[in-house]
Amino acid sequence: MELNEKDFNYPLYSQTSEIDIEEGDVINKMKRENVEEIPVDDLSSNDELKKSAFVTSVDFLLNWARKSSIFPAQFGLACCAFEMIASAASRFDLARFGAERFSASPRQADLMIVAGTVTWKMAPAIRTMYDQMSDPKWVISMGVCATSGGPYYDSYSVVPGVNKIVPVDVYVPGCPPRPDALLYGLMQLHEKIRRYSLKGKSAGNND
Amino acid sequence: MTKELTGNEIKSTLNENYHSLIDSVEADHIVLKNEKEKLLSFFESLKNEKKFNLLSSVTSVDFLSKFVVVYHFTSIEKNESLVIKIPCGESRTEPSVISITSVWRGAELQEREIYDLMGIYFDNHPNMKRLLLWENFDGHPLRKDFVN
Repeated sequence: MELNEKDFNYPLYSQTSEIDIEEGDVINKMKRENVEEIPVDDLSSNDELKKSAFVTSVDFLLNWARKSSIFPAQFGLACCAFEMIASAASRFDLARFGAERFSASPRQADLMIVAGTVTWKMAPAIRTMYDQMSDPKWVISMGVCATSGGPYYDSYSVVPGVNKIVPVDVYVPGCPPRPDALLYGLMQLHEKIRRYSLKGKSAGNND
Repeated sequence: MTKELTGNEIKSTLNENYHSLIDSVEADHIVLKNEKEKLLSFFESLKNEKKFNLLSSVTSVDFLSKFVVVYHFTSIEKNESLVIKIPCGESRTEPSVISITSVWRGAELQEREIYDLMGIYFDNHPNMKRLLLWENFDGHPLRKDFVN
């Protein structure tokens, strides 16, 4: 609707009355037609079987439970730690993926996120922490430093890849990776956990 | 702005007793002889009499022919700073210099770092062991002849 200067001399309802009438028609139609209550499924039936059983595979159930509640143990070693913290904070919110709580203790953690440069002096601590984690356990190597040594590849004091010390499931490249990348890495780990089966090797056991 | 003393100004600042310590006077620093007993009393007088109470940094250089320890001092009171260099011998196996931790406590960790990475020994240091690298590390990595 174009407004001309002279239009302002008239009351506004002379311009909007058509829209108002249209809206009124819709309301009247709804009021006429929506008389009956809309039914919803009643889940409180007395059928015991329906209440207590559902069909799935054990593999799916186990893997679903595991991947939906990964508790990470943070191993922030360098600048990657800030990105890891950011991905746990409100803007990116790792909790959306079930990685709800960063464990202060490795004994209550399933996932170790190695974020940053791993020096040989730190290596025994990482191995000890990995050993203390309860099975099943996974490791994400975050950033090029943890993955391959990165810019310190040929250094005398830096481990050329944390996979020399602990088995790594997912590598997240970047220097440092953005929180999006870490979240994607976590989703890839979910995808990996989804593929475990009771027939094969036990989950999260790389030793 | 803190005034950076030239070599001649540093020499005139120093107590005359210690002029025999001076090896050479350069444009922006002086070079001292590595005479350990005398150096400690010299540093004490530098701090207490000449009021150079702030040790800005201790660092070292590898010239392959020799190691040089470099000290940067600042006097808050006089708003001046000076640079002193001490070459520590020809030996590449055990170069050593006197520790000034007893005078400026802030030198402790810096001297340990120099020992760790450059292999210069500081006599009379209260805790002369590696700072950053682990014990039994082979060699001193900031030396120019270090091979990984």
